[in-house]
Amino acid sequence: MNLEFLLPLVVLASSLLTGVLIFFVDEKHHFLRTALNLGGATLKLVFVGYIFWWTFQGREFEARFTLVLGFDFLLRVDLLSLIFVTLSSILWFFTTIYAVGYLEGSPNRTRFFGFFSLCVTASTGIALAGNLITFFIFYEFLTVVTYPLVVHRGTEKSLRAGRTYLWYTITGGTVLFLGVVWIHVLTGPMDFVHAGVLMDLGPEHRGTLIVIFAILIGGLGVKAALVPLHGWLPVAMVAPAPVSALLHAVAVVKAGAFGIVRVVYDVYGVEFATSLGLLLPLAVLASITILYGSLRALVQDDLKKRLAYSTVSQLSYIVLGVTMLGPVATVGALVHLIHQGIMKVTLFFCAGNFAETLGLHRVSELNGIGRRMPLTMAAFTAAAFGMIGLPPLAGFVSKWYLALGAMEAGHPWVVGVLIGSSVLNAAYFLPIVHAAWFKEPDGGWPEKIGRFEAPWMLLLPPLTTAAATIGVGIWASAPYTPADLARQVAELMYFTEP
Amino acid sequence: MITFPLLLPFAGALLAFLLPRRATPAVGIATASATLVAVGRLTTALLENGAQRYSSGGWPAPLGIQFHVDGLSATMLLMTAVVGTLVTVYAARHFRSDPAEPFFWPLWLFLWGGLNALYLSGDLFNLYVSLEVVGLSAVALAALSGNRAALKAALGYLFAAMVASLAYLLGVGLLYANYGVLDLETLGPMLRPDLPTHAAVGLTMTGLLVKTALFPMHFWLPSAHSAAPAPVSALLSALVIKGSYYLALRLWFSVFQPVVTFEAGQFIGVLGSAAILWGAFQALRQRRMKLLIAHSTVGQVGYLFLLFPLATVPRMAGEPAPWINEAWMGGIYQALSHGFAKAAIFLAAGVILKAAGSDRLASMRDIAGRLPVVTFAFGLAGLSLIGLPPSGGFVAKWMMLRAILASGQWWWAPVVLLGGLLTAGYVFLMIRYAFKPAAGVLDLKPTPRIMQWVALVLALIAVLLGFNVEGVMRLLEIGSPYSPSLGEGGEP
Repeated sequence: MNLEFLLPLVVLASSLLTGVLIFFVDEKHHFLRTALNLGGATLKLVFVGYIFWWTFQGREFEARFTLVLGFDFLLRVDLLSLIFVTLSSILWFFTTIYAVGYLEGSPNRTRFFGFFSLCVTASTGIALAGNLITFFIFYEFLTVVTYPLVVHRGTEKSLRAGRTYLWYTITGGTVLFLGVVWIHVLTGPMDFVHAGVLMDLGPEHRGTLIVIFAILIGGLGVKAALVPLHGWLPVAMVAPAPVSALLHAVAVVKAGAFGIVRVVYDVYGVEFATSLGLLLPLAVLASITILYGSLRALVQDDLKKRLAYSTVSQLSYIVLGVTMLGPVATVGALVHLIHQGIMKVTLFFCAGNFAETLGLHRVSELNGIGRRMPLTMAAFTAAAFGMIGLPPLAGFVSKWYLALGAMEAGHPWVVGVLIGSSVLNAAYFLPIVHAAWFKEPDGGWPEKIGRFEAPWMLLLPPLTTAAATIGVGIWASAPYTPADLARQVAELMYFTEP
Repeated sequence: MITFPLLLPFAGALLAFLLPRRATPAVGIATASATLVAVGRLTTALLENGAQRYSSGGWPAPLGIQFHVDGLSATMLLMTAVVGTLVTVYAARHFRSDPAEPFFWPLWLFLWGGLNALYLSGDLFNLYVSLEVVGLSAVALAALSGNRAALKAALGYLFAAMVASLAYLLGVGLLYANYGVLDLETLGPMLRPDLPTHAAVGLTMTGLLVKTALFPMHFWLPSAHSAAPAPVSALLSALVIKGSYYLALRLWFSVFQPVVTFEAGQFIGVLGSAAILWGAFQALRQRRMKLLIAHSTVGQVGYLFLLFPLATVPRMAGEPAPWINEAWMGGIYQALSHGFAKAAIFLAAGVILKAAGSDRLASMRDIAGRLPVVTFAFGLAGLSLIGLPPSGGFVAKWMMLRAILASGQWWWAPVVLLGGLLTAGYVFLMIRYAFKPAAGVLDLKPTPRIMQWVALVLALIAVLLGFNVEGVMRLLEIGSPYSPSLGEGGEP
């Protein structure tokens, strides 16, 4: 029992135990519950920080349990998991603050925060999973614990959304299950390794491997919201704003995207997958999703729905980057995994603020909102500009790498997709920004209470993440930024002999 | 060692019958704890000494009555003891001030004794007697609430059980006429693939399949299991049908092995598949909690029988086929996890029924807010039924699907997966109500906490079963026809 073994478990436990404990807290003990929440989130940050630091000093964190079922339950920290677990623990911390402020005084908070913590546990597990089966276990866990969050309000609309969400994700999970078992029967237990091990199976298995790849991507594609499997995502946005923020930034959709990254890089190996001819169809699918999502976002008047379609589109940038062979495209995919999370969480925080303080849900109601809520709107603007890809913001960095990577991989048409999508991004974000700052307010808003435009718990998170949107873009070349981590992964994948 | 698990429940039944009413719950709880301890000690002895045979009165077979205990019987005994004890605790509160109380205790303990005898007996006639004990007390329990619906359902149940017993007895008679022995171990190697033997196998198996309610012989189950009081429903669905399933497994794989064919195995598999889909489909159409849960049992029973086609295959180069082990484990794990999960879900439904006074699905409104413990029991047991990780149901599906893909009998795969989806459909049909706001619904009557927690504990066991695969495997290995080898973490 050394630290390398214990820490991955402790990181998992920091939200799992928090979640379980919270279920035992009585509804009226607001302070105790908040303390547990923030305590768990802080502890997790500290532990992840420790792991982060020492991984770069060359220590390897791994917790392996050998099960008689013929597979290992394996939590392991490699660079990819480090990227994802850092993202999720930081964003969880801010989302927790936000959620405490957002749900002030509403019923069933104990249940909400219990499942909220379990949801983060699931995404931590997904990040740390060291093989496909462990990944699958947490992937399904995530499906289940997110359901009570989606239906939290208990309205007819949210229950319907919950049902849609479940049908999509449970079906996706079932399909994924088939793929996972099949590959396990074919190869026996195998951990995630760069360049995969399937190459050694011999040419007679190529057909089977192609089918399994389609099954795996089909299963993961539901959560990654690849068209035509994306239908649940715009519906699920009826969930409370902190849930949407988490869902669209680190939890459910990212689980799907991260799974695709793992399957392509660490199960098949990007070179082997290319040689099987699997990645071009996936690239085309991702491109269609990017353009389709943006087009649909354009016509939504409901702000959260517009953001949801934007997520559909933005997620597929990650998939697109994964499908292109070459280190630069890999950097693009991984950077976007993080940057999209930071930007999208900001946007949902802001949308939540408009809804919570002024009751505004529609794009058409936001005229002049910049005068009433300047800080929120400033954060929104930064994130929206980032999404469009204006330099030097976060989105610019990822799109830049993706475009370069596409050229390197010999797919110049992808650059066309990126440009087209950026134009569409601008078309659905700029009108909001313009109306908010330059149009006359419609008025009729309730009086401002207190010093700020909203309670500080609702303001601090979006301002921080908006600052991060700017920071990670400006300092993209500095060490330990998302871009730097992505570069290290790419280096390890392409330039290091296994 | 073997006498206590056999005699204790019967002794308890007798006491509960003789003593005045207010003493019966105490007798029940005392008997349950004693039996649990006895079964625990039997299991420990088994782990130390391996499979055992006992002859009553010191007469060896074929003269004396043979008892035996191996991994499979110990696993079933243990499940019965744990579920039985927890249901006993629940029932002690449930039947308080219920006119059925003085009848419940003797019948239930009698039933328990019958199940234990079934798991320990080693000859065909003795097994028949145990089956009858189980069957008759189960029918009586099903009639316990005494209303019209329950009586009608119990009558249907009685009819099915009688026909099944008759078929079984006829088969046994044929075997005895042809071979002159009843002892399982002596009989097995003697069997010849001729017409009377095939007829006997057909009759015995038909009897057992009717008692296990395999599609299309399940007609009696939904009404009988749903009309009974909640603790009885739990016992019937979790334990009683597993008794005849156990016997079907035992006979098919260790006695009838020389005469069964690949096609016969496939046929049972087809019935199992039909059960999975039909049961789940019917469950989705129900609007009453207990009927829904009972239909779910029909579907879940189907999974149990997928083990037959997968494990009834020719030997490969003199060795049992490599996936048999997993098929076998998958089937038994399904029996275990369904036992715990179904008991949990029936008991949870019982709490809601007591609190809301109705078992319409609509009475589950907002139980997430008002009865959180029960909601968790529902949810966790549901996870296991669907087969989501890390539950026992997941382990069962994992093993089954592996065996299906490794054996090349891919046609079962869509059934297993689709069945899981439909199960998710009806589980969340119930859970959905739990989150609906309760506006305009009557207040819930207070229900004892102990009943809520028993349901939750059972559900937790169903989920945690997924974490103790190794222990169950080690136990099952003892005296198994396939003697599963414990892999060093995983063989390809």
